[in-house]
Amino acid sequence: MGIASVIFILLVAAASWLFARNIMRVRRNILLGKDVIINDRRSERWAVMARVALGQSKMVVRPVAGFLHIIVYAGFVIINIEVLEIIIDGIFGTHRVLSFLGGFYDFLIGSFEWLALGVWVACAIFLVRRYIIKLKRFMMKELDGWPRTDATLILCTEIALMSAFLLMNAADVTLQNMGAEHYVEAGAYPISGPLASLLGLSTASSSTLILIERVCWWFHIIGILAFLNYLPYSKHLHILLAFPNTWYSKLGPKTEVANMERVTGEVKSMLDPGIAPPEMAAPRQVAGHEVTDRFGAKDVFDLSWKSLMDAYSCTECGRCTSECPANITGKLLSPRKIMMDTRDRLEEVGRTIDTKGKWEDDGKSLHTRITEEELWACTTCNACTQACPVNIDPVNIIMEMRRYLVMEESRTRPALTSMFNNVENNGAPWAFGPDKRLDWTQQ
Amino acid sequence: MEQLQIRTMAEFAATGEVPEVLFWVGCAGSFDDRAKKITKAFVRILNAAKVKFAILGQEETCTGDPARRAGNEFLFQMQALQNVTVLNGYGVKRIVTACPHCFNTLKNEYPALGGVYEVMHHTQFINALLKEGRIKVEGGDFKGKRITFHDPCYLGRGNNEYEAPREVLLKLDAALVELKRSKQNGLCCGAGGAQMFKEAEPGKREVNVERSEEALAATPNVIAAGCPFCNTMLTDGVKHFNKEGEVVVLDVAELVANAADL
Repeated sequence: MGIASVIFILLVAAASWLFARNIMRVRRNILLGKDVIINDRRSERWAVMARVALGQSKMVVRPVAGFLHIIVYAGFVIINIEVLEIIIDGIFGTHRVLSFLGGFYDFLIGSFEWLALGVWVACAIFLVRRYIIKLKRFMMKELDGWPRTDATLILCTEIALMSAFLLMNAADVTLQNMGAEHYVEAGAYPISGPLASLLGLSTASSSTLILIERVCWWFHIIGILAFLNYLPYSKHLHILLAFPNTWYSKLGPKTEVANMERVTGEVKSMLDPGIAPPEMAAPRQVAGHEVTDRFGAKDVFDLSWKSLMDAYSCTECGRCTSECPANITGKLLSPRKIMMDTRDRLEEVGRTIDTKGKWEDDGKSLHTRITEEELWACTTCNACTQACPVNIDPVNIIMEMRRYLVMEESRTRPALTSMFNNVENNGAPWAFGPDKRLDWTQQ
Repeated sequence: MEQLQIRTMAEFAATGEVPEVLFWVGCAGSFDDRAKKITKAFVRILNAAKVKFAILGQEETCTGDPARRAGNEFLFQMQALQNVTVLNGYGVKRIVTACPHCFNTLKNEYPALGGVYEVMHHTQFINALLKEGRIKVEGGDFKGKRITFHDPCYLGRGNNEYEAPREVLLKLDAALVELKRSKQNGLCCGAGGAQMFKEAEPGKREVNVERSEEALAATPNVIAAGCPFCNTMLTDGVKHFNKEGEVVVLDVAELVANAADL
């Protein structure tokens, strides 16, 4: 076994170990949330996942972005078949080990090349949409700093990976034509063939070409391994989490709000003194810290793990925000920011746990990032949940945070306090008593 | 005008009769001057179709929807549990309501508290009456007029009902024009999530102005609504653009009742 094979195996092993560790960290963070059991209607869930994540059904609602995204997505999935060959070649020091497939191999390599070009062009258009056309949803304040850098890094990396792939093939096909040793004649090169002519590679020496081919080969595989480990730190994690996140989608009516069982027990005992109030739930042990059961959400621990998975699944596309009636009319609320804030807070909590070995209260919470003005701007219209290509539910987080404000802190808007009083005293949100309820029949 | 025939659940119970359906009037339908007209239009339709319906009258109270959306789960459940007790006490099986918020709460949120009913929005109920031939409607005043329908979030996106109100409107021989943002993509009127009962948070403009501008851009004669809150918001929005002389906001029930001359 050559030194190259040893280095390659070590690289792949290290990257896999690092990736597994990072994914376990993300998993641990998601499980800081409250437990909810989601395993009903399983066949429907598989269908939703197949349609929404695999089939990209909600992406194509916006045809231009949807079409380009499908190219990048298909490119990503299909070109990774090539990675299989790269790994075998890397381990055994072979070259194009799958070339025995003959005509089918030509078909595969030819398709990869077309897709690589497609991905290259699509990513370039995505950059144009962000930085030249400046689509409004990519210009918003919540993307300032790291989120915008993250997006740019992802697009540039994809362009670099595709360039390396095509340049590698261009050098390879030139070497094949020269009859160079080791470079078996195999594959079809519809893009890199013309690219080789364009770059005048045939005039280069075989040692230069081999250098180009090898550098691109290593760049391509190291790039993929690095990108894999970049995912858990990036919005790009959506390429993995889109699948479980859609599987665990809310299947019921969008405007249905789930019942709070504990409140039911308390209300029943209030209405009927014969019924004993429910016992306080025992505090939950989370990362070595006691979390008391509270009404609504103060911090990430009070949200369900599904809401936390939602937060990690968000790729900050901003379709939710661009459909939000509050945001459209200039209010502070942006559903995308709700998701980003939730994720950033969760990451912050995760980092504390990593450094201190357990969770210690840092005096901050979700409410440090998300203001009341944002929460009270929501009309619960569910335009955001409709728009989200991976079925994220920002309304649920908004509702839970409102619950905390109202039931734990008695903080609300003054007009809502009047509404509460009216409902409580008159059975109607306005100051009309039950004795007026039949007046309309007489008018 | 013929006297409206309205009986309460208590009156039915006293005679041992069972109504075909309970009409959940809702707070807006009972107290809001504009919404009361919708309530009466719907009752005229029910009377014309000879539907044996009951209302709860003074026994009806808020479903709790605005309290729940505003974060007050205790108040919501107080309301809900009391209403469920009353409804179950009368053995209610079917409910129709002209408010999508009541509709959503009764249909989707009461089952978890022991209240399981077949719940219909009034546009679904009217559509069924038309299909069964229990009422007939021809265009009347609305023949050839341009009508656009504003999807209430809690009926459309919330509960996937886009067709019933449109099928009813098509019976009016009117030209049904769709708004730029309609059905799944419909834009909220601005009242949902308890916003109806508070001032809007600071912003560039009101949501109802944004929506009304879009509705007026479709140059309709009538903006049809299916929710008392949307109705208020759109009526205000039309006034904002000083178009109340040209464009009228009417509930689907009012359109049918007027067209059928009920």
